[in-house]
Amino acid sequence: MFLKFFYTLKDVGVPVSPTSFLTLQKALYQGLITSLDDFYTCARAVLVKSERYFDLYDQVFAYHFDGVPLPEDAGFEIDQMAQAMLDEWLKNPKKMANALGVDEATLKKLTPDELIDYFKKRLKDQDGRHDGGNKWIGTGGTSPVGHSGYHPGGMRVGGESRNKSAVKVANERRYKDYSTRGPLTQAKIGEALKCLRNMIPAGPKDVINVDETIRATLRNGGEIELIFNRAMKDRLKVILAIDNGGWSMDPYIQVVQTLFNYARAQFKEVKTYFFHNTIYDYVWEDPSRYKKPKRIMDFSRLDPETRLIIVGDASMAPYELMAHDGSIHITERSGRPSIEQLRFLAQTFRGAVWLNPVSETMWGYTHTILAISKIFPMYELSLDGLAQAVTKLMEKK
Amino acid sequence: MTKHQDARFQGAHKYVLDPELSSIVNISMTLEMPLLLKGEPGTGKTMLAHAIADTLDMPLIILNVKSSMKLVEALYQYDTLTRLNDSRFGDSTRDVSNIDEYIKMGKIGQAFCAEKRTVLLIDEIDKADTDFQDDMLDVLDQMQFDIIETDRTISAIHRPVIIITSNAKKDLSDPFLGRCNFHHIAFPEPKMMRKIIQIHFPAIDSKLAENAINAFYAVRDIDGIEKKPATRELINWIRALQADPDFRAGDLLKGSMPFLGVLFKKSPDYERTQNMIGRRKRF
Repeated sequence: MFLKFFYTLKDVGVPVSPTSFLTLQKALYQGLITSLDDFYTCARAVLVKSERYFDLYDQVFAYHFDGVPLPEDAGFEIDQMAQAMLDEWLKNPKKMANALGVDEATLKKLTPDELIDYFKKRLKDQDGRHDGGNKWIGTGGTSPVGHSGYHPGGMRVGGESRNKSAVKVANERRYKDYSTRGPLTQAKIGEALKCLRNMIPAGPKDVINVDETIRATLRNGGEIELIFNRAMKDRLKVILAIDNGGWSMDPYIQVVQTLFNYARAQFKEVKTYFFHNTIYDYVWEDPSRYKKPKRIMDFSRLDPETRLIIVGDASMAPYELMAHDGSIHITERSGRPSIEQLRFLAQTFRGAVWLNPVSETMWGYTHTILAISKIFPMYELSLDGLAQAVTKLMEKK
Repeated sequence: MTKHQDARFQGAHKYVLDPELSSIVNISMTLEMPLLLKGEPGTGKTMLAHAIADTLDMPLIILNVKSSMKLVEALYQYDTLTRLNDSRFGDSTRDVSNIDEYIKMGKIGQAFCAEKRTVLLIDEIDKADTDFQDDMLDVLDQMQFDIIETDRTISAIHRPVIIITSNAKKDLSDPFLGRCNFHHIAFPEPKMMRKIIQIHFPAIDSKLAENAINAFYAVRDIDGIEKKPATRELINWIRALQADPDFRAGDLLKGSMPFLGVLFKKSPDYERTQNMIGRRKRF
């Protein structure tokens, strides 16, 4: 029973196992499930093992039992964005028209359907520009119409589900916020960073070494002598460099801050530096990038085992990256173009990655992203991307 | 092992049960599978185990997982040091040659050996290493473990109702997840929250409850809060409000929020909220 449902789940990427499917059959056989509502909760508890997949489960459930079409990846997000834009338009037509750079009156003539189509078209035309008037169609931001951000219709949870049919509940997609594909939220980061570990003995000698104790005791002729060792502790050194300049990074600052907080709790030695757009001669220890500069060349003295994580949208004008004296800050004048400095960093540290909060699908549109991703392995700042980056950092060479 | 199919869980007097969760609890009990609960801290994951134990009148055994914990500690402990001492000084009443006298049951062992069916709560399993979780699989699957020192097998007399909680600090391993049922306790909606408050404070002034809940959801919505206050914080906060003789329920409407420290445990969060409230008052 429900074989097709099971395989649809598998196809969309929910990790379901045959054993759990058998368990579900057992539950059905024992008469535990008497209604579709029961089936919804029970099948979810048995088959889906992480809240990250609750959203996908809801979609598949709605598809299978109510014929709600399964969204195609890209098409769906655009649909949702267009919907959000329509909502915004209804609330405040003037603001919306201004943001799109068109006349309010022209838009007013359109029917809602035409409006949606128009919005979709605009979204598809959207290129990778990170400045200018279209900025609010960015990704993962907190703007009301951002894609896969904190969509107002996203998380709706609680005890009300009984008043509606399971299909309806499923269709609401209450668990959207937990989906792996979304941007990183605070709760997810700790999970991904856990893999970054390098255990070495440290701290007080408080762990008993049984073998040595026996040996020493024998040597003492039976008089017990206890030998202690140091416990294994994580001593990985990590350097985090973050682009905190300009407003192109603004929507991501919160996520990045969380990343840093977790990192600080996690590792013995985390050094945090700041830069704007890209790295020239200096990075700064203070977020205002003024008081405590640190020369990039000094990095060559650090332990090459240190892992370097750079977070930034890597989006800028090409000359900022390529030209000598490319910095947009007049005080930052160096002989070497930024791209040389980045290469130098990549050579200095054997583990270095670049995390980019811009959605991976948009990378191709920005020249500097492509250029930088040739120097550093670049990953999206999402849970999946972070996990991949961590794997890359811990790779044995 | 005895089968228990008649016992059904319907909620306890201090715990408001989401019907969805109750059916999941009952299904897990019937399928004899552990139930893994995830959710924001303070949404009642641990409370659920207490509630089940309460209603079904079963003893509750709690295993608080620590980061350095080995599975063996949860099963049994072989007190080598006492035995060593006894053998050297020979002044105890224990029989040194009988290892069994030096074996103490851990929490899982206790649950297996109990005369009655118990509720076994394995709290915050994500704190421990993945090894711990993997080792525990077999034990929970087979419902038995061996005491290596005495070559004795301990099997569960009654299969305990197992509730496992996780704060999502770490991902649990796939084989582990495969053996559990899973539920994510979502944060309650205001409607549910009213019920919860009603149950915890039956005599509460309805105006106070309403204002407190509204104010609570308002501060939860403030952007950039690192640790959002949860149900636990709200309950403590209302308790604090009630204990203050100078407090009037109407004050909350005017925008004043006393005892913020009960709701926010991190100083940046605290300051941020205070600023926001200060600003709101002015307008």
